[in-house]
Amino acid sequence: MRSFVAAYEMETPSDLSAALERLSREPGDWKPFAGGTDLMVLLEAGKLAHRRFVNIWNLEELRRIEVTPGHITVGSLVTYTQVRGHETLSREFSLLARAAAETGGIATQNRGTLGGNIANASPAADSPPALLAYDAQIELLSTSGSRWLPYRSFHTGYKKMNMRPGELIRAIRLPRATDGWKHYYRKVGTRRAQAISKVCFAAAGRLEDGRIADVRIALGSVAPVPLRAVETETLLRGEKLASAALPAAQAALAGEIAPIDDMRSTARYRRRVAQNLLAEFLEVLAG
Amino acid sequence: MPDRASKIRVHCRVNGQAVTLEVYPMTRLLDVLREQLGLTGTKEGCGEGECGACAVEIDGALVNTCLVPIAQAEGAAILTIEGVADGVNLKAIQEAFINYGGAQCGICTPGMILAVTNLLARHPDPTDLQIREGLAGNLCRCTGYTKIFESVVAACHRAERPA
Repeated sequence: MRSFVAAYEMETPSDLSAALERLSREPGDWKPFAGGTDLMVLLEAGKLAHRRFVNIWNLEELRRIEVTPGHITVGSLVTYTQVRGHETLSREFSLLARAAAETGGIATQNRGTLGGNIANASPAADSPPALLAYDAQIELLSTSGSRWLPYRSFHTGYKKMNMRPGELIRAIRLPRATDGWKHYYRKVGTRRAQAISKVCFAAAGRLEDGRIADVRIALGSVAPVPLRAVETETLLRGEKLASAALPAAQAALAGEIAPIDDMRSTARYRRRVAQNLLAEFLEVLAG
Repeated sequence: MPDRASKIRVHCRVNGQAVTLEVYPMTRLLDVLREQLGLTGTKEGCGEGECGACAVEIDGALVNTCLVPIAQAEGAAILTIEGVADGVNLKAIQEAFINYGGAQCGICTPGMILAVTNLLARHPDPTDLQIREGLAGNLCRCTGYTKIFESVVAACHRAERPA
């Protein structure tokens, strides 16, 4: 059943400090509302439990992409369309550009934001695995100041985040250390466009003398949170690609993911596909 | 009865015309267009951003109106299907939909036309892949898409006429 729309409040602060002020005055009572591509779906389905929202869509200070020699810092309101259209960002962080291109259609990409995708905390979201693979850091802002944390420590359980009442995601920072890396992104869904992932696999790696010098593997839709496959990475690091490392790595991956049966797929299928995608990634790394 | 929020005043332009609305802030733009402004060309399909039937342009960007709370339309310039043709003079893409069978039951058509209009503004001479991507967010249960695709190709090849 549809929600009773008159019961929902939305305020539009004029700038970022006014927004933070609104969020802090009654901490947890007001929640940020960005592009609406997730929250409006809940509203129409009668499942939007929260009633008071701070409209942050117009806060241009959160919509910038800053490039410095060491990092690219992406504002939380940067849309998928902006990610795809940014030459340096999409070249150096191709996993993120691929995730942006494969999220919904053009209309969704024009409204969906990186910060919104993170804060919605769906384990099936497509940009978190890319951010995890790039060792992203996340900046949280409130009236009491700013704090940075590794994105890997941000999602703590199903829809649970390392985020305090009154905090707003300001930006994501990506270290520009991707020279010589190979990137692999694959989203497996029911159809190419508009599908929610059954499995999402984002990985990057670098070879030295035929051995895996460094490797990062992250997955979506296979655990309560977007997951970095650290045990699999540890197993692969230092290995020769030609060696028999694959079966052991596939076994490690199957052990550290925790997929479930749901409306989109089964645990068994997801585990098998994740293992197959690992094999395909290693082929790409070798090629 | 649950408590009610206060209505807000929203100013925007719809098909070039300035409008002022008194609305609950989370009202969907889709409902405002259809029920308050009488612009029923914009259709509701899924109501969850999957089908594109309710697509319009906001400030030149393609957007699904079922996912936009009206508070976020403050100051926006909105183009709906009613504003695409110049009076009775159809755009090339609208004629192509008629001539190539791109429209059947019609529910997806306004969103399709807006998606193509937006695509052609970004890519005046789109590749096949760009056409497919430009239409990927719009579902059609009648045509099987081929006739829609052919309509877009036909409209693009009439370069002497504005799309």
